[in-house]
Amino acid sequence: MRRAFLLPVWLWLLLFVAAPAALLLAIALAESSPGVPPFRFAANPENFATLAQDSYYLAAFLAALRVAVLTASCCLLIAYPLALGIARAAERWRLPLLLALLLPFWTGFLLRIAAWIGLLRDEGWINTILHALGFETVPLLYTQGAMLLGMVHAYLPFAVLPLYAVVARLDPVLEEAAADLGATPMARFLTVTLPLSAPGAAAGFLLVFIPACGEFVIPELMGPPEAQLVGRVLWQEFFQNRDWPVAAALAVALLVLLLIPIALFQRLEAER
Amino acid sequence: MTTPPVLLRVQSVTKRFAGVVAVEAVALDIAAGEFFALLGGSGSGKSTLLRLMAGLEQPDAGRLLLDGVDITPMPPWQRPVSMMFQSYALFPHLSVFDNVAYGLRRARVARGEMERRVAEALALVGLEGFGRRRPHRLSGGQRQRVALARSLVLRPRLLLLDEPLAALDAGLRERTGFELRAIQRETGAAFVMVTHDQEEALSLADRIALLDAGRLVQLGPPAEVYARPATRFVARFLGAANVLEAREADGRLLCPALGIELRPAEPGLLFALRPERIHLAAPGPGEANAVPGTVAEVAFHGDTATCIVAAGDTTLRVILPARDMPQRGAPVRLAWEPDALVPLAA
Repeated sequence: MRRAFLLPVWLWLLLFVAAPAALLLAIALAESSPGVPPFRFAANPENFATLAQDSYYLAAFLAALRVAVLTASCCLLIAYPLALGIARAAERWRLPLLLALLLPFWTGFLLRIAAWIGLLRDEGWINTILHALGFETVPLLYTQGAMLLGMVHAYLPFAVLPLYAVVARLDPVLEEAAADLGATPMARFLTVTLPLSAPGAAAGFLLVFIPACGEFVIPELMGPPEAQLVGRVLWQEFFQNRDWPVAAALAVALLVLLLIPIALFQRLEAER
Repeated sequence: MTTPPVLLRVQSVTKRFAGVVAVEAVALDIAAGEFFALLGGSGSGKSTLLRLMAGLEQPDAGRLLLDGVDITPMPPWQRPVSMMFQSYALFPHLSVFDNVAYGLRRARVARGEMERRVAEALALVGLEGFGRRRPHRLSGGQRQRVALARSLVLRPRLLLLDEPLAALDAGLRERTGFELRAIQRETGAAFVMVTHDQEEALSLADRIALLDAGRLVQLGPPAEVYARPATRFVARFLGAANVLEAREADGRLLCPALGIELRPAEPGLLFALRPERIHLAAPGPGEANAVPGTVAEVAFHGDTATCIVAAGDTTLRVILPARDMPQRGAPVRLAWEPDALVPLAA
């Protein structure tokens, strides 16, 4: 009976996870050749060797890792006051505040990027205002800062929601007990709220970190040209160089790399 | 005997929540080293009063003086007052040792002294060797002790206890109560305990303050408050006394509900009559301080029996020695001494 219920789940996983992953791996092991599709199936580990040897790809991974860590850290830094603020607001305000947090998501993703571009570009709103005040034009768009801003804005709710779910369930009497025992508000946050909300923070960090690692659109539209992140490199290999096997090898490597933090997180959870 | 000095002075403190009064103009003094009970039903304001003392709530009016120093504006982390929470509020992510050490770490006590004092506090509550356990691996009684040790390790002169025994099994409650008293004597700290349980308050406290609807109704040693309740509320709340209304007619004091004459030792028009002060009398007619009735309910308690006796237009609650226990439905005649009638103010 239970198996019958699980059948659709297994089918789904087979069709949309296992099969594509197998295909991806097969292409990663294939040989590049002109034609449609532009590869021939083989058992050829050369593509992975290329990734390991060519410092261009290693740099792309490191750059993506750096941006993803920065994005996830910034998201957490902003998410803590937001989640605590919502959790401690009066009951009737909590849902409206959560909805307000998600409100930007009701507009299209590209539309929001376009809005940022409109604000940040050299003839954009911010520079127009700076000009009117007598300042020089400041290049804002196509910088590391603009890219980070776009990423943090796009991924913030993924950090806030799991964190909120945890801090909303923290017993407020624990903070009162800490205060009674001499803990200042800062000490209370560091010794009670922070350790007790760590699982939520870890989940929020991962939920931002993982998609941010492979992010392609925001670096492409808002980032500097030299920001060759792995997502962008993958895109170029696939669409511009039409080297599907290398692109697939990159995707497989990224997938394996992202399994590490997930496995770590699961082990931490199991220990609790 | 000299009266011990006042430790905490509560000066007509008022607290409202969204316009609703929780504590209204309460004034009382807690003496150094005494065991004080705040007794009242739910919504009486007793817990709010305790939280005001801890600094977890700010009063809308009035002041709190500790050793003559106004502590009203002090946040809880600056007050030399400790609180034990009803749920114990142990930190789930910290070991027993770290829970107890929490306050000492905040006060930046040196490591060696901290370890010594934590060990001392754990020994005081009988939990030596439990330091490395996590709170969720402890029984309810052990958690209560950890909470007590965590508060006492800071050597507060005033310890606030919010329903300290409420979460314990009935069997453990009496023993823990005695232990609380012993620890209170040993440490010399003043304990202020909030409870809804009159027995707990009567048996543990040096003095009791009875609260009703945010107001202080009566304050005094347990025996005095029990023997001489000031109001109808106190008489009913403590020991569930019978309350008899009387009116004067032709120089006699009549109780219309019972249809008899009352002869109290002291004058009054409203009296408390303790159920254990009523006894069975030889059959006879209703006369002064005696009334015939019918047993409506009997509850056996081992040493005593509580009877509800229908008499006149009302019922009387009577506690008799078990050997006198009547049958349900039996006719009885109840009588009491004049001094069993304690006049009430309202």
